[in-house]
Formats: sequence, structure tokens, C-alpha cells
Amino acid sequence: MQELMEKRALELLADGTVDRVLGWSAGEFPYDMTPAVFTSAQELKNNFVYNDFCGANLSKYLVKESRKGGKILVFLKPCDTYSFNQLIAEHRVIRENVYVIGIECYGKADVDKLKAMGLEGITGIQIKNGEYTVETVYGNKTVKAADAMAERCLACKSKKHVVYDELIGEDGEVVEDCNRFDMVEKLEAMTPEERFAFWRGELSRCIRCNACRNVCPACTCEQCVFDNPGSGIAQKAAVNSFEENMFHIIRAFHVAGRCTDCGECSSVCPQHIPLHLLNRKFIKDMNEFYGDYQAGEDPEKKPPLGTYTLGDREA
Amino acid sequence: MKKLSLAQLYDFFAAVAKNQALYCPVNNETGKAEYKKWSEGVTLSDQLNTLRSAKDFFFPQTENLMEFKMAGKKIDVIDTREECEDFVIFGVRACDAASFDILDRVYLTDPVDSYYKNRREHGTVITLACSRPAETCFCGTFGIDAADPKGDITVWALEDGYAFRANTAKGEALMATCANLFEETDDQAVTAEQEKTREILAKLPLANLSTEGVGQGLTKELFDRPEWAALSEACLGCGTCTFVCPTCQCYDIRDFDTGHGIQRFRCWDSCMYSDFTKMAHGNPRVSQLERFRQRFMHKLVYFPDNNDGIFGCVGCGRCLARCPISMNIVKVMKTLAKGGDK
Amino acid sequence: MEETLIPYAGVVTEITGQTPDVKTFRVEAPSGGKLFEHEPGQCAMLSVPGISEAMISITSSPTNKAFMEFSVKKCGCLTDWLHSMEEGQMITVRGPYGRPFPVDTELKGKNLLFIAGGIGLAPLRSVINYVRDNRADYGHVDIVYGSRSKEDLVYYKEIVEEWMTAEDFTVHLTIDREQENWSGHVGFVPNYVKELGFKPENTCVLLCGPPIMIKFTLPGLIELGFDKTQIFTTMELRMKCGIGKCGRCNIGNKYVCKDGPVFRFDQLDELPDEY
Repeated sequence: MQELMEKRALELLADGTVDRVLGWSAGEFPYDMTPAVFTSAQELKNNFVYNDFCGANLSKYLVKESRKGGKILVFLKPCDTYSFNQLIAEHRVIRENVYVIGIECYGKADVDKLKAMGLEGITGIQIKNGEYTVETVYGNKTVKAADAMAERCLACKSKKHVVYDELIGEDGEVVEDCNRFDMVEKLEAMTPEERFAFWRGELSRCIRCNACRNVCPACTCEQCVFDNPGSGIAQKAAVNSFEENMFHIIRAFHVAGRCTDCGECSSVCPQHIPLHLLNRKFIKDMNEFYGDYQAGEDPEKKPPLGTYTLGDREA
Repeated sequence: MKKLSLAQLYDFFAAVAKNQALYCPVNNETGKAEYKKWSEGVTLSDQLNTLRSAKDFFFPQTENLMEFKMAGKKIDVIDTREECEDFVIFGVRACDAASFDILDRVYLTDPVDSYYKNRREHGTVITLACSRPAETCFCGTFGIDAADPKGDITVWALEDGYAFRANTAKGEALMATCANLFEETDDQAVTAEQEKTREILAKLPLANLSTEGVGQGLTKELFDRPEWAALSEACLGCGTCTFVCPTCQCYDIRDFDTGHGIQRFRCWDSCMYSDFTKMAHGNPRVSQLERFRQRFMHKLVYFPDNNDGIFGCVGCGRCLARCPISMNIVKVMKTLAKGGDK
Repeated sequence: MEETLIPYAGVVTEITGQTPDVKTFRVEAPSGGKLFEHEPGQCAMLSVPGISEAMISITSSPTNKAFMEFSVKKCGCLTDWLHSMEEGQMITVRGPYGRPFPVDTELKGKNLLFIAGGIGLAPLRSVINYVRDNRADYGHVDIVYGSRSKEDLVYYKEIVEEWMTAEDFTVHLTIDREQENWSGHVGFVPNYVKELGFKPENTCVLLCGPPIMIKFTLPGLIELGFDKTQIFTTMELRMKCGIGKCGRCNIGNKYVCKDGPVFRFDQLDELPDEY
């Protein structure tokens, strides 16, 4: 996959179709790739990497990158294409300045899961036939890739690219039985007290680093209300835990109907708070109230919270 | 050197907890270690380190500084400080123990921060030597020995028990309160354990990370290096690195209207945030490049400049593990060491 | 134990409008007298609890033993609040913070050239009045002060009545544009300084004003033969603690609150260009 992507990027760079490439650059370890913009063939050859640990959704970087002039090539996984489409719908990304190569994806790995298996001191990871042979200073171990798959990928909603200029690999289908609302249903089945206790427990770990907000492709406000001293709620930390909870709940409300369920929020949370569950609850409710809607699926389609019909529940 | 059997560790905990609060790393509901107050039945975490650093004990994420009562034109300033109660932290790793020296250099230099000092004076630090360091560890780069951590008491986990060494009067006093639990032992087992750990440390991928190219007096050489642009390019501007970092010490002071008065509190802040240096008439650090550069220049140049060459990093590796986009101080150091375009 | 973060409550006993957007606040301890002593050029953190706290230079001279004064331009949350306040209201004050102008060392015995623009005269006023009260310790004093209009000149009454009449003081006022009832000089400060053509011998310059004024005045002074080691200024960055710990006003290895706000220009050259 990496060779195909690199080869195509070099071609498109060489023939002038694009002048920059947004991908991943090699890290210190086999799993810590950083999103990077490559501007030359040499840079690509030296540092471009793509493997099972390149999970970052690159679409949000295009808000800035698509405004820098010239054309940029981006590699998007199926789930990333929904975010991209949503950003197009919101006029946050300039479509004609982006060349999208859709890349097939069968799930990304979460290195924390490997570490939780006791694999520390990782020096190398060989990826082969759905298995990872993890080399560590304490010895080697082979594990099934499925056992190290990121939580969000376990409930993958779609292997279909909803937007692309060309594809590398196969296009898949929407996964109808992805069971992504299972945990939401469990929460719904709880008593209000249990549910309150669940969320207070989870959100109490929040350190207000804002990683969830800053990584979120739906959070592209020029200035967030939580960063605006004039808003009156721009606290960097909560005075009490109730305020802390409000940050996440307000954010969930703000992205409701626009969140594509890409899962980046939970994936980057240093405190492992399952923030995506808040968003999924909104998605599930909206599906039930206004009919099935998937943000980012079709940028022309009117969002349920942005339209009014006489059939609405509130009507 | 004193020794406890494996089974006696919790007897020691119980003896300590009888007199003061005892905190130690405990696995939370997500399976990650965090410091929690120990009580009978709580199990010490088996993980290498806690997600959040131990700085929270001395420099908590939020703390109240004072209160104001406002009545008409009158303001009453209420000093709400109270003497902190004694507490013990068990299981601090060498890196975090070294971070306290760095925080001390900020908060205990004149004018002394009395909030920090109060907690520092009442806290006893029991360190735990590392036996299974991870690939993200690089404390050795900063002269820290994971096999021989500092602290008031140093503990080594051995196959058949725990070796204890008091390093300070505070540590000796604490061990004296439960002297009956300990038996004398020689250094042999500890030395063997240390050798084992040091062998592993030498094999880690970052074992040879050097501070060459960064450090005291290099502001002019490093500030305008073109590599900052690419290094900071993907930075989200979040505060994850700052907040998991054991040495990041910047703070904000804010007021909160309680309905009965004004509570002035302090909370962690991050130089990575866009509003950190924002003023009524502008912002000297306009883009993420400047903010990103500030964080690393501070740790690798400015702090050493003001502190006899000591770096503002202890190599705990938390930022390596937690940065959402996997950009970190190691990548910065290696890039800057490459020599640039001079 | 002492804690500098805990402020004193002080009473604002007099509020004087200086210009349409600058007011001077006289602050005294509730029992009368000053809240604390300071040196010329030092600052204090002023606050209205629940609004915010900000670093403001102490514009009164330390030789004033009765009260402290702060001149504040209306430009944000706290300053808006201060401007709407009445006399008798309490505020909180803590300090003094920062390194003062070296009135007892480098400046002593020298001719002094003060150059200020707009509200930039506030920190210099402390030194000017200190010099008046210790007249024998300093040589000739020149003050070049400019603002947008006559109405925007702060301390106008004091300048005319006290500084212009002070022994061995020469005051040169200028405004940006012609206006009625102004017979003085018209033009920007940087050009006026060059026109006046000061001599660098045995002279120190204290320069304070908006960044754009400093940017254009400095080369003019260098042209006149001044060395950067003779020129002092004060800096302003966002601050929270005032004691070099909160990390906000960090420029290179310096903290403006603690290592400044007074810097000599040759010292500023050592710092990265990030202010």
C-alpha cells in the first residue's frame, strides 16, 4: 500500500497535478507517524510512511491547506471522506484545491492496545497476513491484528469512500450492521442515576487539554467560545466538576448533526474518555426523530437540524 | 538498606496510612494507572507509570488561591490558605522525582510560592526504581538513573520483596514509624536488580538520544531555524503534552463568582494555547509555530540558561505516548541536532 | 508566610481624566498612606475581583509618600471597569514588580532625555518626578512628548505648570496633526527627536511609547550618535503572576515581569524577536 501511494504521489507531484502531498511522516517508533505535508519527491522518498498505525484523519488540516494556494494531494480513508465532505458542505475546505486519493482501509491499529497486552519496549512491528509480530526489548510476540484494532474501527460504519478523485485499492460498502449504537443503547437502558454516575465518572478524568476539540473536523470555529475571554465561559479549567462536564456536553451539542462519527475525539483523549458516545447518542436520536441521516455522506443533502418540515417532532 | 517481604508491602501501606494520607498508582476503570488514595484492599498498579504525572500533588490542575468579599465599594481580601496535612506518595518513578527538582527551581526561588511550598514540605516522596522501562523512556539523556531514583525513600521491587533506602531525614522518620516491619539487608540484591535494569535501558531505542545541539546559550542559533515550520505543522495546539508533562509549570489565574463572593483560583495553562499571550492590542506569538517553538525552546534552551544548564525535561516519555499527532520533544531534539542549514 | 499573589485592598481616592481614554487613579491604603513602596519604573498588578487582573506601571514617583497613582488607558475588560468606577471604590493591588529604571546607578549624574508617545509617558512620569525631587543628582533634562492631539496629551496641566517651570528642564511637546488652539510643534515624535538633534555625550535616553514610535525613534537616536547602551525602554506583555512563574511574558530566557519591564536596548538585542 505504502509503495502504491508513494508512487502515485510522486507521479502527481511530477506532472504538476498537485504541488504538495498531505500524508504521514515516519516517527521514532513503528507506530508514531505524524501528519505531514511533503513538497518534494526527495521528502516523500525519505519520510513518507503508511501503515496500520496511520490512523489520523487528515481532513481537518485541509481547512488551512486548501487556502494556501496551489493544489494539495490528500490520502483519505473511507471514514475520513465523510469528514471531508462535511467540511465541503460547511464551506470550510476549498474542494478544487484538493486532490483526494481514497485509500482502502480494513481498520487501524491502536498501539495502546498492544501496550495493554504487556508489550512494552517496542523496537519493531512486522505487519503480515493480519498479524503483528511485535519486537520488544523483552522479547517478541505475535498477535492478531484484530486484537489490536482501534475501538472506533471495531464499529466501522463504512468502508465506502463518499468522495475521491481516484482510488487506491478497493472501494467497500456501508457497513449496515456495525453495531455502533450498542453502547448508547446500554446507556439508554440505565436509570438516570446510573447514567449520571457513568458520565460523572468518565468526565471526571478530563484534564481540559482540548485535544478532542482541536482534532475534531467539526470544530473549525475561528475562535471557540471556550477560548473567548468575552464569552464568560472561557475557563481553562473547571472551578467545579459540573463545569467540566458542560464543556463536553456543549461541544457535543455544537457538533450535533455535523459530527460524522469519525471517532478522533476518543482516539486522541489522553484520559481515554469515550467522548464519541455523546456524539453517537445525538446521531441515534436524530436518526430516530428525523429519519436516517449520515453527516458527510452527501454534501448537498440538508442536515436534519438545519431544516424544518411539518413532519418534525416539534412541529 | 532495609527489606520487606512481598506480602508485607500492604502492611507497610497500612502502617503509613494510619497516620497520613498515602497515595500510590492504581489502575483505573480504563486500565491505566493514576494516583489514588490508598486504603485497605486497593492494589498497587503493575504499570510502568501513571498517565498523569506526579506533579499534581504539588502543583494541582486547579487550586483556590484566595477569596474576596465584595460589599458596595468595599473589598475584603480573605487569605484562605491552610496548613497542608502530611501525605506520602508511593511509587514515584525516577523521572517524576527529578521533575520535582525542576518545579522547585521555579516555585521555591524568591519570591517563594507558598501554596507549592506548603505541599512540598508536607509531602514525603517514596520512589520506585524501574524494572521494565518502555521504548518511550529517555530519562538517561538528562542524567537520570531509572535504577536509582531520588526521593525521600527509594524502593526497589525485587523477586522476593522490596528493598527500602531512606535518603533524607523525612524518609528516615517515616521508616522509623514502622521499623518493626523491616529487616536489615545488604545491597547485593539491589545492585543485581539495578544492573539488570541498566542493561535494558541501554537497549532501548532512545538510549543514545543526546542533548547535543540544544542547551544553554543557544537561543540565537536555534530560534530562527527553518525546521520549526515543519515540526509545528501538524500541531493541533492542544494542551495534552503540557498537561501530562511533569515539568510544565505555566499557570493562569482566574476569578470565579461563587454567588457569595469571588474565588480566585489558579489552573494549569499551556503555551500551546492560542490565547496564552494574547493582549488587548495583539499577540506576540501569532501562529502555532511560535507557540510550539516556545514550549521546546523553554525546555531545551531558556530553562537551562537560567538553571545552570539543567534541562526542563526528564524524559518520562508521556508526551511521546500521548500527543494526538505523535510530535514530541525527541523529534524536536533530533531535528535540531542535525545542524540545520548553517 | 508571605504570599505575593495575595493582594492588598486599596481605596481609589481620586480619579482624574487625562484624555478621552486615559484616567489617572490615586490609590491609598484604607487607613491612609501608601500600600507599599516602589522604585521608578516598577509596576503593580491591579485588579477588580471577578473582572480580571492586569499589570500597570506605577506612574507616581516613589518620593510621593502619600499615595500611588496609576494611569490607565481604556482598552479591555478590566480597564473598562476601572473607567466606569467612582471615587471611594476599592480595588486590589499587589507588587511592586519588575526591575526599575537604574536611577541610582547608570542614570545618576547624567543628562536625561525622556522620549514618550501617548500613554507611554506614564512609566516615565515616575522617573521625571523622582528626578525633580532629587534634582542635584542629575544633569539637564529634556522631555520630548507627543500624542495624536492636544486632548490626547496626558498630564498636560502638570507638564505645563510643573515640568516646564522646573529647574534645568526643557519640554518639547508635539501633536500628530494641526489643530485649533495649538501653537506648538506638529509632527511625529521620531522626526521631532531628529530635528531637535540631541547630543549623546553623558546622556541617557528613556524611551517609551507605542511599538511603531519606538521602531522609528531608535534609528534616529543611533544616527544622532547614541549607543544602544544609553537607551532604556519598558516592555509590555501579557502577565498573570508578576513574578516570573506563570510563563506568559517569557521572551527568550527573560521574563518581562521580573527581568524587565525596563530593558536597555543592547539587552533587547540579545533576546529573540518575539515581542
